[in-house]
Amino acid sequence: MKQIVAVLTVIAALVVFWYVACIPMNIKGVLTEQERAGAEVQPPSAKDRRDMGEFGLVLNNSFAIPATWEQDRPRLPAPHQVAVELWETTVLKKITSKRSLIYHGWVTLSATMLGFAIGTGLGILLAVGIVHSRVMDLSVMPWAIVSQTIPIIALAPMIIVVLYSVGIQGIIPKAIISAYLSFFPVVVGMVKGLRSPDAMQLDLLRTYSASRSQGFWKLQLPASMPYLFTSLKIGIAASLVGAIVGELPTGAVAGLGARLLAGSYYGQTVQIWSALFAAAILAACLVGLLGVVERAVLKRMGMAQ
Amino acid sequence: MILVLCAIGIWILGWWLNSRLASGPYAGTRMVRFLAPLIFGLTVIGIWELLVKGLEVPLVILPAPSIIWDRFWDSLPVLWADFVQTIIKGALSGYIIGCGAALLMAIAVDRWDFLRLGLLPVGNFVAALPIVGTAPILVMWFGFDWHSKAAVVVVMVFFPMLVNTVAGLREATAMQRDLMETYAATYWQSFFKLRFPAAMPFVFNGLKISTTLALIGAIVAEFFGSPTLGMGFRISTSVGQLSLDMVWAEIVVAALAGTAFYGLVAMIEKAVTFWHPSQRG
Repeated sequence: MKQIVAVLTVIAALVVFWYVACIPMNIKGVLTEQERAGAEVQPPSAKDRRDMGEFGLVLNNSFAIPATWEQDRPRLPAPHQVAVELWETTVLKKITSKRSLIYHGWVTLSATMLGFAIGTGLGILLAVGIVHSRVMDLSVMPWAIVSQTIPIIALAPMIIVVLYSVGIQGIIPKAIISAYLSFFPVVVGMVKGLRSPDAMQLDLLRTYSASRSQGFWKLQLPASMPYLFTSLKIGIAASLVGAIVGELPTGAVAGLGARLLAGSYYGQTVQIWSALFAAAILAACLVGLLGVVERAVLKRMGMAQ
Repeated sequence: MILVLCAIGIWILGWWLNSRLASGPYAGTRMVRFLAPLIFGLTVIGIWELLVKGLEVPLVILPAPSIIWDRFWDSLPVLWADFVQTIIKGALSGYIIGCGAALLMAIAVDRWDFLRLGLLPVGNFVAALPIVGTAPILVMWFGFDWHSKAAVVVVMVFFPMLVNTVAGLREATAMQRDLMETYAATYWQSFFKLRFPAAMPFVFNGLKISTTLALIGAIVAEFFGSPTLGMGFRISTSVGQLSLDMVWAEIVVAALAGTAFYGLVAMIEKAVTFWHPSQRG
């Protein structure tokens, strides 16, 4: 209860801060608009205003403050503007429309999910290989760890263009970027998980004269589940980032990344912010969904705390 | 065709060498731990080179490692200028500002229980979001030069660092805190002598996660606009000109910078948290 109050207070403080920040951020544009509309603006000349600080302008022209929350193309849109744009582009628009965020979100989501499935599948396979073969452990594992320190996302534009030049386009290139971003966290987490049973547990299975595959299915795989879910949560967030970045070099066709890029080309700040929030909501839903699955699975296995 | 057969031969040779190393008498020694991944890496590069040459893969699809190597040495000045612009100016300054701000914020959060209860769930939530998406907004606000890249990095590293530090500051046990209490230590004495050092493993965990995030932020932010300089700029324009050897050279720089950055932080960690069980080995 106390926690909910605290979280709500923090969020309320953030929203208030956002509204206050809108005032100095947007004041210059607002004053220019007000002057054109015939209002008295202090100081009157545009050159003086350019050299003045934002806060001085706000103090001199306090009448313009409400207008900073209603601008058409503000530097920083107010929260309600973003909320209205989100509402209009998700609920009020048909989902087949090119302006619908649901449509763009679905484009990104489908690439994310496909990439995530490929990445986790291959990641789990490689982890099983690493745990079972000493050669692979010695030669591949260090590279898997090192690769986590490398910004592999720099490869994204090249993958898109190379695959395009061999005739592959659409969802596959984005899914490949998503896949390799989620691949390495899953490998590292899963190897840790498969190795988590301690010597006592392994010895117990040996006294039962369990075969290697029985040991894998009955001890190692179940024991790795908490580790797997932790890395899946990291992996799906990385997949989403991969899909969004993968949409940038294709020239803003469809998807949330394309909305971000198109918004930044045409100065449509409200559109950028709404795409950003759509991406955030999507990420939160995906991670939250994994959290629910995790809790259900661990509870079923009797591992929940 | 002969080159392709050679590639298969190298693969078998590398595999044989590593399996001998792994099951041989020296398995588990430091040298084998170092040698095996090295042999694996060299094998992959050898196969790559031979397959690209043997199958005559065009340059615009995958350049051979030797061509990338040549390009790397030929364009060292350009690569260095890009490195300074993106890594030193963009990523590093943003990293220092972001991690420093998160550290101070974490100390404040830890001081007031209400703030911790409220801010920690929000921080955990934000840390999982695709924050890279703020790049177009920040580029619009701070201009095309490195300031906007640093701003993206600040936003990206802030929350993971905050969450880790706050978790670390709660690491000291009740017994240890009580001991400080019996010494009549003030809040700040107990903070600097007990809780802050105890938090160090967590702080460094956050710092290490942030190194990769910083590079990602700085490079991706350049896709949204940059001066005619920088690694992200070079990658996106070279891709446009289909000079993939240059793209790969930049990726080599990014890989080297990423590993070196991480290694540096890990080295400092080793020196600072020498007392921690994970470092005593």
